[in-house]
Amino acid sequence: MPAERFFIYLAVMAGVTYLIRALPFALCQSKVQNRFIKSFLYYVPYAVLAAMTFPAVIYSTDGIIPGIAGTATGLLFAYKRKSLLMVAVVSCAAAFAVEMLCKLL
Amino acid sequence: MNNVNRIKNVKDIKKGFHDGIPIALGYISVSFTFGIMGVASGLTWWQTLLISMTNLTSAGQFAGLGIMVTAGGLVEMAMTQFVINLRYALMSILLSQKADKSFNIISRLLAGFGITDEIFAVAASKNRTISRYYMAGLILMPYIGWASGTAAGALLGEVIPAALSSALGIAIYGMFMAIIIPQARDNHKCLVVIIIAAVSSCCFKYIPLLDNVSSGFVIIICAVLASVAGAVLYPVEETEEE
Repeated sequence: MPAERFFIYLAVMAGVTYLIRALPFALCQSKVQNRFIKSFLYYVPYAVLAAMTFPAVIYSTDGIIPGIAGTATGLLFAYKRKSLLMVAVVSCAAAFAVEMLCKLL
Repeated sequence: MNNVNRIKNVKDIKKGFHDGIPIALGYISVSFTFGIMGVASGLTWWQTLLISMTNLTSAGQFAGLGIMVTAGGLVEMAMTQFVINLRYALMSILLSQKADKSFNIISRLLAGFGITDEIFAVAASKNRTISRYYMAGLILMPYIGWASGTAAGALLGEVIPAALSSALGIAIYGMFMAIIIPQARDNHKCLVVIIIAAVSSCCFKYIPLLDNVSSGFVIIICAVLASVAGAVLYPVEETEEE
């Protein structure tokens, strides 16, 4: 790809991504009073992360069996309140171990 | 007085810095994967790195890379980024409610760049207002992690065994689970919202016709549906969120 073309793509990509998150943060300076909107905003982060994670997590590695193994391990460690890093690492480790195992069998 | 403020600001930066370290480590694995893919798709290592340094978004970057290498249109690029990243607008509005008086317009425009799923989740889960010093500390390490992971993946990608780079793909979801599962355990209202979001997201994956909807739209539709359900079923008490 010509360098020029790359920079045009980059500008569009970065520009849209930046504006979409910086503008609401910069412009919304008064506190929301409406109880419904407050409640809605309270639940958004968990809903977004849940929708992004399930079912995509199962397909995030090559092959569904390592994906399921990594997911199950991650769920267990998350339930036990382990840190972000810990849960991420054990999920990868479980997926990797099962991937290796699948190759051997 | 001035001195007291300064001590508090330094404390806030340190606290943010500390909270950002696990996010940064998680980001390294995900951005490493992006680095490998960028070079494998025909970009140079510095082009791949530049995407990470200017975008700082996981799903959007992977989708954008796909559009670049297939020579997609600029409108398609803009639309895709808009839809996939629209969730950040919701997060950004919520964080604006938690931002304290230390934020002026400049610091808001700067901090806005660093609102990612994980940085947002960590900042939003604080039971008090957040200062610009805390946000600066919180964003720093994940940004460095995201950039350095991309560079490492782009430069070393070819010598990493395929099985390992495949296993790294699950890392980002591990972080998401570490955020939502303990919350679901403690709060049955959040549990219901999480289940609604997850089940509706599965519907878009497995039900014919619904599976044509692009992934960015699926996230928005499911998140709005589940959050509206939560707001209708369990309105937040006035005292609960401060």
